[in-house]
Amino acid sequence: MIADNLPALQVVLPLLGAVVCAMLRRGTLAWGVALIVSLLMPLCAIGLLLEVLENGTISYAFGGWPPPIGIEYRVDIINAFLLLLVSLIGAVIMPYAKSSVEAEIAPENHAWFYAIYLLCLCGLLGIAITGDAFNVFVFMEISSLATYALIAMGRDRRALLAAYQYLVVGTIGATMYVIGVGFLYSMTGSLNLVDIAGRLADIENSRAVMAALAFLTVGISLKLALFPLHVWLPNAYAYAPSMVTSFLAATATKVAVYLLLRYYFSVFGVAVVFEELPVTEILLFLSLAAMFGASIIAIFQEDAKRMLAYSSVAQIGYITLGIALANQSGLTGGIVHLFNHALMKGALFMALGAVFYRIGTVKIDDLAGLGKKMPITMGAFVLAGLSVIGVPGTVGFVSKWYLGLGAFENGWWWLAFLIVISSLISVVYVGRIVEVVWFRPISQAARSAKEPPLGMLLPTLLLTAATVYFGFDTTASAGIAGRAAELLLAGLR
Amino acid sequence: MAILEQTVAHYNHWVMIFLMISGLYIVVARGNMVKKLVGLGLFQTSVYLLYISPGKILGGTPPILGEGLGPYSNPLPHVLILTAIVVGVATLALGLALVVRINESFGTIEEDEIFAEEDDT
Repeated sequence: MIADNLPALQVVLPLLGAVVCAMLRRGTLAWGVALIVSLLMPLCAIGLLLEVLENGTISYAFGGWPPPIGIEYRVDIINAFLLLLVSLIGAVIMPYAKSSVEAEIAPENHAWFYAIYLLCLCGLLGIAITGDAFNVFVFMEISSLATYALIAMGRDRRALLAAYQYLVVGTIGATMYVIGVGFLYSMTGSLNLVDIAGRLADIENSRAVMAALAFLTVGISLKLALFPLHVWLPNAYAYAPSMVTSFLAATATKVAVYLLLRYYFSVFGVAVVFEELPVTEILLFLSLAAMFGASIIAIFQEDAKRMLAYSSVAQIGYITLGIALANQSGLTGGIVHLFNHALMKGALFMALGAVFYRIGTVKIDDLAGLGKKMPITMGAFVLAGLSVIGVPGTVGFVSKWYLGLGAFENGWWWLAFLIVISSLISVVYVGRIVEVVWFRPISQAARSAKEPPLGMLLPTLLLTAATVYFGFDTTASAGIAGRAAELLLAGLR
Repeated sequence: MAILEQTVAHYNHWVMIFLMISGLYIVVARGNMVKKLVGLGLFQTSVYLLYISPGKILGGTPPILGEGLGPYSNPLPHVLILTAIVVGVATLALGLALVVRINESFGTIEEDEIFAEEDDT
């Protein structure tokens, strides 16, 4: 009974949890509910992934209405992988959230905070699991509206500006997405993604279909912060509460990347997107611009959180580079980097959140000498930072290895060369923090710092350990990513 | 002449395009945060037309199965847009709430004034 309804539970549980949190009104109780729900989510996701690996794609007809009339939840390897990633990050972050939220958010808002967080989780999981184009929009707005509210809860008043800016840009993105879906619907008369793909094959590639592709690409790219549509991201990440930044950096953009993959490979098909249209060239150019442009901007940031935010834009460039390559190794690299980047950015932002918890600032100058006061936290930061650079033995290396292989597969040796060069830029900005933290005299702000409470330290260490573990044992991460890439490339020709 | 006829026949599209472009223009060109949200609302409204107008059949009956009824207009776009309207209202409400908070903490809702103030500090 429960096993049959796992796809529904994956989305309904956080939704119900949010309502319960909002009604409890007491911070600690709400945290308890959110913790239980967040811990149940990976169990659902693991169940789904195992089922998919064994028996293939799951199709769940919501309310008993068979697709394409009813809304279908459709789970295959790629979104089972994504569901697991999002729900794992959500689970790891909850123990961390307690101290962090107590320090950064007014007590009367705690219950609301957890309610909104669960809504955001519900929206992200919903986008990943649903097989209905319009349902994606609804979940996209659930997660986005929740995200705007979460960002606005930051202590700095500039958080309000960041949330407003993100609201405007995010709404334009979501509306562009709906316009794309509207064109697809008027051309095919269906909203079910699989059904749309089947019907698109029968009609000529008219201008309306191309317009749909264009609107969908721009709309989703705004959500995934593809350079140069990333302007909302640095402020949003820099001023949001620490826990929110870690969660969003690890999950929100990844879900949008998944959506792009889904449309490119499963709805329109490789033939239309990559052979008839210059999507490869456009994505390649924008990815490279992100990898270099955003990395260079990151070097000059004064605020460590902002620096990491720009680094996120650069890392998203690697993921879209994998999509642009559109071959087995390249796509594997892109998908595995989804997973890897979530681990390392999650760990980095959590370490910074711990610093903020202790010294109340993340200005790079104030971090001076912190290595002596918080050796474990800063050690984790350095390890995860090495992963951003892509040092062998960390997850970052695995992704770049596959991306390099993908570049060679297309005969673009210069691209492999550029990947290495862009990694060298990240050496500069990660190195800058390492230098300040370990080799400078202790700053005024850091004088009385000490390690954060265990509830914050353990999740940070767990994610850091994962960045090293998956750097050596790639069977789970790159293995599944490889199978997902195979499925996507074979999906539609 | 044929072009003119086609233009007039698809007047719903022209209304939609006008609303879409003017909405986006307001979002980009105005510095007042409430006006920006109004532009955003216009932009979203244009999408309602994009969905609903192709679903309407001139002279069609209501979508009820029965004798002597039909061909009928497609009811699905209306339902979808009902959802989109709800989403739009929620977005507008949240946006306005943010503007109120911004006004409380910055004392203005003009973007250039806020950025000037930020640069000073």
